[in-house]
Amino acid sequence: MSLSLEQVRRIAALARIAIGPDEERALLAELNRVLGLIDQLQAADTRGMEPMSHPLDAALGLSQRLREDRVTEPDRREAYQALAPAVERALYLVPKVIE
Amino acid sequence: MLKATVTELAAALAARKISAVELTRLFLDRIRQLDRKLNAFITVSEERALADARVADERRARGEAGPLTGIPVAHKDIYCTRGLRTTCGSRMLAAYESPYDARVIERFAAAGAVLLGKTNMDEFAMGSSSETSHFGPVRNPWDATRVPGGSSGGSAAAVAARMAPAATGTDTGGSVRQPAAMTGISGLKPTYGVVSRFGMVAFASSLDQGGALAKSAADLALLLNAMAGHDARDSTSLERPAEDYTRALAAPLGADAGRPLAGLRIGLPKEYFAEGVEPGVLARVREAVGWFESQGARALEIELPNARHSIPVYYVIAPAEASSNLARFDGVRYGHRAREYADLGDMYRRTRAEGFGAEVKRRILIGTYVLSHGYYDAYYLQAQKLRRLIARDFAEAFQRCDLVAGPTAPGTAFPLGTRTADPVQMYLSDIFTIAAPLAGLPALSVPCGFDALGLPVGLQLVGNYFSEARLLGAAHRYQEATDWHLRVPRETPL
Repeated sequence: MSLSLEQVRRIAALARIAIGPDEERALLAELNRVLGLIDQLQAADTRGMEPMSHPLDAALGLSQRLREDRVTEPDRREAYQALAPAVERALYLVPKVIE
Repeated sequence: MLKATVTELAAALAARKISAVELTRLFLDRIRQLDRKLNAFITVSEERALADARVADERRARGEAGPLTGIPVAHKDIYCTRGLRTTCGSRMLAAYESPYDARVIERFAAAGAVLLGKTNMDEFAMGSSSETSHFGPVRNPWDATRVPGGSSGGSAAAVAARMAPAATGTDTGGSVRQPAAMTGISGLKPTYGVVSRFGMVAFASSLDQGGALAKSAADLALLLNAMAGHDARDSTSLERPAEDYTRALAAPLGADAGRPLAGLRIGLPKEYFAEGVEPGVLARVREAVGWFESQGARALEIELPNARHSIPVYYVIAPAEASSNLARFDGVRYGHRAREYADLGDMYRRTRAEGFGAEVKRRILIGTYVLSHGYYDAYYLQAQKLRRLIARDFAEAFQRCDLVAGPTAPGTAFPLGTRTADPVQMYLSDIFTIAAPLAGLPALSVPCGFDALGLPVGLQLVGNYFSEARLLGAAHRYQEATDWHLRVPRETPL
């Protein structure tokens, strides 16, 4: 299956990545090359196969562990928020969403 | 000392022939001398390294040294380090300084190792040549016009050029083994779940596993002893009794102490000895297999009929998981934020457009597409079903053999810039390394000679789950009889 320019724009919108009009065509060609590679999957016979989402499931029949629901970490809010582009009164700032 | 293996350096440190501070200075000087040319490091932490070395020397003076105390180690810039930036090779994290250490970093610190610096890599570990880094490409010490492989190419080049005795890496589709092969060193990817991924920047979470690069298999065993172990902060970290991964280095793998490899059954997948592999690679790998046979191992042809699906399966699953993992880079909590934007949505889109490079964007877009409504079953679910078939092929193979051998990569190091224009050409260099992480199996690459251009060739050994010690033992026997792993690259003589 090959993508159209319209589809590339739609995927980029879903992925929240701006693509310029000058990039679209090159990107379309590259993505179609990759899709050509992965489209080979369609021909394989997988009837009756359970999907494998995780290697440990195949190896050991393990499912992922859940931890107990209790507080284990100290409060390091200041250290974490020191990395943010914009913080005010312990809140992360983003452009205004509601007028 | 620059030439020495970790095992030899540990002995020299223990015998007080050299101090950790002196040893660290030697490697820092070597980095200063060579890294302008190779670009293997993103950050060289001179002050931190010397401080670590002083602590290591004090620890030894107190009689509390372990095998890695005072050993300088370079870390792939995907492992978070408190007090040093962690970029993951991306503009998105170019100024990011983690408030915590990765588990792997904690483990090396606890062992008394010296943090030498952070190594260059493909952006977010997405690549096979270390060319997609925001900080420029890494060059191969065997031929600086060629790539060192990827994505842990900085770690591989650093060890190969003797700028570091050992380094960490991560392997999602071959990112430890393929660069190890292309730079003439040894590299190990353990069983999924053996090394904690806490503080390791996520790429594809059902595949990612921490690994190590060093000159010899014996060194890798020492490194894995430090890295492995349960960590409650990684939900995929396994709770298993601690293992000594050096235990098979001296002990025979079979019943015969005089012939340690006698009876070892080596499976040769006919799909891995096929057309498309460079003749120089095939010849060296066959010679290596021949050596194992000369020691009493038995080689037998096996089939991995679903191996041919590995690349398409990987290039659905890895981008799908990456598109989800990399959604966290939104310009709000950490990392790059665009300077100009109209509103919140525009801030996200511009931040991600500016922060990510071309290959990362391609993979996020592919991942977004294969997970999107109407395509999920055809791509993602189908890939997961094939993934089980690939794992089952190995399970059947390990009924008949103890380990699977073949080339690590279909070719030796290729010239810079020759595969960047075509993503599919680049992806094909991972054709033999992808199946092991899809199945979750441990695998390693060891040098087994050179092609006609004098470029190193890697032999890959894949073992059953948790067979790291046996894999390392077999590789160590081979390295006792050969010296490919000790050859110094021609562009970086000592």
